[in-house]
Amino acid sequence: MPDVTFTVDGKQITAPAGTLLIEACKSAGIEIPAFCYYPGLSLQAACRMCVVRIEKMPKLQTACTTPVAEGMVVSSETPEIAQARKATLQLLLGNHPLDCPVCDAGGECELQDMTFKYGAGESLYAEAKNHREEQQWSPVVYFDRPRCILCYRCVRMCGEGMDVFALGIQNRGSSAVIAPNIPAHQSPDHLAHLDCEQCGMCIDACPVGALTSGAYRYKTRPWEMNHVATICTHCGDGCKTTLGVRSTSDGAEIVRGDNRDKSGINGDFLCNKGRYAFDFANSPERITAPLVRQPDGSLKEVSWEEAFAHAGKKLRELRDAKGGSSIGVIGGNRLTNEEAYLLQKFARTVLGTNNIDHHRTADYVTFAQALAGQQGRTASWRDTQSYPAVLIVGGDPTNQAPGTAWNLRADVRLNKARLYVANTDEIKLRRQAKAFLQLAPFGYGALTAYLAGDAASASNAATNTSALDTFRDAVKAEEKLLILIGSELRGADLKRLIEFGLTIPGAKFALLSDYANSRGAADMGLLPDMLPGYVPVSNPGPFAEHNAPTKNGLNMLEIFEAAGRGELSALYVVNSNPISRYNVDPAVLKDTFVVVHEMFMTETAQLADVILPAANLYEKGGSVTNSYGDLQLVQKAGDRAGVRTDFEMIVRVADKMGADIKALVPFGKGLRADMGQSRGAQSGEADRHAVWLTANNLEPKLSPFDSWAILDEIQRLVPGYNLLRLQLLSGNDQHLEPAAASAASANRRDLVLPSGDTLFTSGTLGRFSPALNDVQRYQGNEPLIQIHTAAE
Amino acid sequence: MSTITNSIFSPETAARFDRLVTLYPVKRSALVPMLLYAQDEVGYVSDAVVTEIAERLDLLELDVRNVLSYYSMLRTKPAGKYNVQVCTNISCMLRGGYEILDHCKHKLGIGHKEVTADKVFSLEEVECIGACCWAPAMQVNYDFHDNLTTVKVDEILATYRAGQGKDVK
Ligand code: SF4
Ligand code: SF4
Ligand code: SF4
Ligand code: FES
Ligand code: FES
Repeated sequence: MPDVTFTVDGKQITAPAGTLLIEACKSAGIEIPAFCYYPGLSLQAACRMCVVRIEKMPKLQTACTTPVAEGMVVSSETPEIAQARKATLQLLLGNHPLDCPVCDAGGECELQDMTFKYGAGESLYAEAKNHREEQQWSPVVYFDRPRCILCYRCVRMCGEGMDVFALGIQNRGSSAVIAPNIPAHQSPDHLAHLDCEQCGMCIDACPVGALTSGAYRYKTRPWEMNHVATICTHCGDGCKTTLGVRSTSDGAEIVRGDNRDKSGINGDFLCNKGRYAFDFANSPERITAPLVRQPDGSLKEVSWEEAFAHAGKKLRELRDAKGGSSIGVIGGNRLTNEEAYLLQKFARTVLGTNNIDHHRTADYVTFAQALAGQQGRTASWRDTQSYPAVLIVGGDPTNQAPGTAWNLRADVRLNKARLYVANTDEIKLRRQAKAFLQLAPFGYGALTAYLAGDAASASNAATNTSALDTFRDAVKAEEKLLILIGSELRGADLKRLIEFGLTIPGAKFALLSDYANSRGAADMGLLPDMLPGYVPVSNPGPFAEHNAPTKNGLNMLEIFEAAGRGELSALYVVNSNPISRYNVDPAVLKDTFVVVHEMFMTETAQLADVILPAANLYEKGGSVTNSYGDLQLVQKAGDRAGVRTDFEMIVRVADKMGADIKALVPFGKGLRADMGQSRGAQSGEADRHAVWLTANNLEPKLSPFDSWAILDEIQRLVPGYNLLRLQLLSGNDQHLEPAAASAASANRRDLVLPSGDTLFTSGTLGRFSPALNDVQRYQGNEPLIQIHTAAE
Repeated sequence: MSTITNSIFSPETAARFDRLVTLYPVKRSALVPMLLYAQDEVGYVSDAVVTEIAERLDLLELDVRNVLSYYSMLRTKPAGKYNVQVCTNISCMLRGGYEILDHCKHKLGIGHKEVTADKVFSLEEVECIGACCWAPAMQVNYDFHDNLTTVKVDEILATYRAGQGKDVK
């Protein structure tokens, strides 16, 4: 759009025609107060806070609905406007109790700020206020009616943003209220409730303290927390989240999660899990001391030294006596990249085995191989915000990758993107789709064959074959197409789909997996046949310096088969629960020495000989890679006495095995620790020096527990991980492309086992989150709702 | 064509609704008239009415309730056979609307939005009913009565009680 030039408060501003005045002012650093306006949602003009004076217009105008025009002359702050805003505030405060000292929003409330600014705390209105008690609408959403200023943000957020439409507005005038979708008279406890996705987006959007969060309400104040920017530990989207943390007697507790600064690819979005399911970290069931199995079969708490020494000694003996190939290693989907890399390096160079695997939730090996040699063909998650056309084959983002679904809905709503959905189920995103293709049960293979040109497969792909033709033609006609692929597509099917997509010049691909670092686990080579960066074990290329075995190891299933045959001397499991996931008979491990890093007494931990209490992803630093291949920074937020990071524990076990730690973790390299001057005239020197070192990957790594030392190695050796260090450290995402060699073996087993997680489950971890359990039970319709009335 | 199989409405009303949805560019525009006609037939807007109307207009029940709760003429509880609506808005107030209301309350022994035990009368205080020139005024079901005095109200109520009033429900 052409630019127009106009004046606000005497300042000349230029903005594209059609920009809303409020946005143009914001970009120019002029703040206009707004309650109902919310970027990305439809315009409401309900609050009248944003009024400004525009020359030649008879009355004050709402800046949130007025597009800028050439030559416009605007005043944003005059006595007239202040008077109008004050009067508006008095009306908005008609039912409001001004109970800021006890309100959750106090200290970060737009209404509070404006009331201070315009001085409308004393009202001219003498009518009695309409009071209603606080209501619990669901385990996570509470409503305090008197604080509501009827801005409709929550209603629009839930409808347009979430496509749930669980909130409405009822009655009229000063008795109008926001109402949830289960009316009191229809609910078993005669109280109004919400039947919805429980995302808490409405709470986040609420400019005041009317909607409050079950996790956070009345717990603390915004200024009493530390705020740590990190990545959600749940699904494969990798939403950025700011965790509010406060100290407790045994560490630091997370009390809140949101992304209101919109700093990540998820914008302001978090789903139920991201917003509430951090509470597993505070669970009293956490293991907080190392445990070693005694001769009588019981587990005994021991010192760290004893646990590491025992694990190290046994592993060394078994390796030396029975060979590395008798040992299996299983890594988790929520480790950092550095930990995953370190684990496979530990397995391959210290234990001497390629028997290494993880719970695979998508076939990234085939994905990387099918795109070998291609440039710019993998999609970043950012592309889901802006691509003009998107095809989703398989998967159900609404449940499995809620952040992706959020971005796609916004793309359709704001950019009129064309969404094509092909699925065996009627997934919810079909409601935004331009075309929905209902596939026959298990029809993905037939679909890819059909797309590859095998017309005979059409009838196996879909009952309506003419719809199939139309669908294919519409997709092929797109010039820029994002192809999102669900984990149902693997191996040959996945390859065929990608080959079809490659015939569309502007197509980009992404394969969706299930956990925070599922992609990282695959990229970092937690696989029996692939080294990091999908380098085949048999042809280690850059990794030749590790002198690791070059024969493919045993995969997840083969490891347990070997155990069943009595051929597995030891099993090393890091934050994974294969026993329950793969329904392994515990008896197969009876003669295997099992070391487990875990937070909880999972089915797998119960069989361990040594249990090392682990920190979770919210309690450590490093990097993770989301489904799309976007690398992001993880920072330590929570803390718990008695646990250690997987990184440290691997290094310590390796040390007790007698490994050369400098070879395992290349620390102590880089410059000598010349920190520059920290005081006096040259004091800025230290900071500048540090920035320079960081930018050049030369910051001193002084300890073997410094995971950045491993990041240096990842950057040096892993194809595709040519990352920008400062970009990572400053909390920005960056897209990485796997640079695989094309497929070597044709008959590789993909072993993909989708997690089957929904909006309210998250693998084994989710079972230990009280919030997820509550919401599951609630949405499962048990009449469990117990109303806690507001603190007196 | 109606896709509703087990309509709770009479065949005539159901047919009327089938047509109503075709009259507007957007289906949901039929919501307010539909609610009114449904109330006339059923006596009030019951949960079943909300459900069927939502289905007919492809709305969520929440949407129907949002609109329903906005209008004071729509009620979610049964009224009496004769619903007495007394205006107390400005013109009527100046000419004794509140006395009329108080008189009705006393006479019928019920308050605002209440129903007599025998379910014959219900009472409501309402905003302007557009009969200001002849204030004070009241409406019984769809029947207007103006230039009221307490004596006249007694007569009107008696007529209805005797079953002789117009009943244009
Ligand atoms: S929690 Fe989410 S889905 Fe539920 S009402 Fe709020 S915005 Fe809607
Ligand atoms: S509850 Fe909050 S977001 Fe919703 S209308 Fe009220 S003030 Fe606005
Ligand atoms: S969408 Fe995924 S990454 Fe984002 S908050 Fe939810 S679970 Fe976490
Ligand atoms: S922000 Fe403009 S009217 Fe509310
Ligand atoms: S004020 Fe009573 S009818 Fe208008």
